Amino acid sequence: MNNEQLTDLQKIALNVREHIIRMSTDGGCFTGASLSATDLVVYLYKQFLNITKETLNDPGRDYLFLSKGHDVPALYGTFVELGWLPVERLNNHLSTRDSIYWHPNVKVPGIEFHSGSLGHLPSVALGVALDCKITGSPNKVVCILGDGELNEGSVWEAVLVANAYKLDNLLFVVDRNFFQANMPTEELIPLEPLVDKFSAFGAAVKRIDGHDFTALDDALSIFPFQSGKLNVLIADTRRGKGLPSIEARADRWFCNFTHDEVGALLAELHGEHTATLESETLVVR
Amino acid sequence: MTYEELLTQTALADERVVVMTAENRALVRNMPQNLGNRFVDTGITEQTMIGAAAGLALRGRTPVVHALAAFLSMRAYEFIRTDVGIGNLPVKLSSFIPGFLSDGNGPTHQAVEDIALMRGIPNMQVFCPADEQDLLQMLPSIWASKSPSYVRISTRPATYQHKQPFEIGCAEVVSRGSDVTILVYGMLFEQALIAANFLRHDGYSVGLVNMRSLKPVDEAVILEICASSDLVVTVEDHFLTGGLYSIVAETLLKYRKTAHVHPFALKGKWYKPGRLNEVLEHEGFTGAQLARAIIEHLVENLAD
Repeated sequence: MNNEQLTDLQKIALNVREHIIRMSTDGGCFTGASLSATDLVVYLYKQFLNITKETLNDPGRDYLFLSKGHDVPALYGTFVELGWLPVERLNNHLSTRDSIYWHPNVKVPGIEFHSGSLGHLPSVALGVALDCKITGSPNKVVCILGDGELNEGSVWEAVLVANAYKLDNLLFVVDRNFFQANMPTEELIPLEPLVDKFSAFGAAVKRIDGHDFTALDDALSIFPFQSGKLNVLIADTRRGKGLPSIEARADRWFCNFTHDEVGALLAELHGEHTATLESETLVVR
Repeated sequence: MTYEELLTQTALADERVVVMTAENRALVRNMPQNLGNRFVDTGITEQTMIGAAAGLALRGRTPVVHALAAFLSMRAYEFIRTDVGIGNLPVKLSSFIPGFLSDGNGPTHQAVEDIALMRGIPNMQVFCPADEQDLLQMLPSIWASKSPSYVRISTRPATYQHKQPFEIGCAEVVSRGSDVTILVYGMLFEQALIAANFLRHDGYSVGLVNMRSLKPVDEAVILEICASSDLVVTVEDHFLTGGLYSIVAETLLKYRKTAHVHPFALKGKWYKPGRLNEVLEHEGFTGAQLARAIIEHLVENLAD
């Protein structure tokens, strides 16, 4: 990855974060979770996955399944930046006139499958990866998981089965922001040592800083990074990344900002000053 | 032909078909060597098997998945509802040892609420063949359909020659009668046939219908039977709630009709495990017991 590509990724990620902040009004969205996954999503679509606007439904395309459905604003923001989705549609967020709501919906171009119930898409992605192996298709299949989602037993079933079938065309990316809905993961259901857990289940595991594009590129420039195994990338991230006023806060999973706050938040995103938020905008679901 | 032979033949002729199991190979033992990598055993992971089936269906496959009815319909329920149902994907659920067929396994293995659960899922079709001959007659169109489907597998030998070709949404009218008509599905068809013969021997005019397709259901036949028979009985190895009795009740209400309908079903408890013939006897579902109970009902409730 050259400097130009790096600058491009950073610019796109900043724009996606702007979209997410704008979507965090009029009913709100899962802002904290979306911001932690933004850099991962941008990197994957821009640098890793072989998907274009023209090949969104082509059987030869790569696949991205978003299992932690709350991050979908990061996908929609990225789709806008890629030219797949008109930016105006983000204004329809939560309107029944459009198909854009708090979880992924296949009616939006680029979304491969609906999610919202946790622990499902590892096995759906597994099925797609399995078919690619059966047919000898070279497609890569990525599934983004939340760390809280790792509580679900079905995730670990899928890891076992993916390894049994040597699905090295399948990549699980864990958005490791150390929070589940209401609690820090390590205070509720501790997950560490996470690399050891996935390794013990037979997967090939790498752990990187999920906000560092160079680290992501180093980890994924050769894929699979280990053949014959499920590949797992644990990406350490920060909930709310980009907005210091909400970063790594348990109560900032879901945000519903007022329109008056958006300007200050965008300024904060661009490092101009730190926003202060009214207490009534804190909404925890 | 057996179920396995039909499935093998179908899969060899249609490369879209992928056969899956959650380590329940009773019905598909010879398939690994015949199908190669289109036979997928995910181990004891009903929910992951269903998710993977949805993924395969996204790639244009028609997965035919196998698990014990109790675990398929309940352990994997939310995966079926969410991945297969919302996705409206052509995943074909082959659910075996349903209802009384789990004989001695005990209540953990009793799928006696599966019809209620499955028919509650939008897009899901529900089929209950009477025996192996009925099953084999039904499966080609079920597998060819683009809808998700749940099939209560019965591979019991047929005691009746099913002549009416199967059509999705159509019941098989075995006989018509003005005194009583028995509506039945699945393995209890055999007992209903015996009961009908007992009743006829006693001079009653008896109808018998193999319901086969519970969703979509044959509303026309239900309405016709209810209008032409003094008594209608439903017979099912399922809880009273949500099965055939409920389907008949819903149909009558939908068309603002009424009828004298008496259900034979499991009423609020799991059945006593044992060998199948003893289970039937213990629960009062043998042909002779059904006939006796129907006569009592006719005498008590329909006397002028």
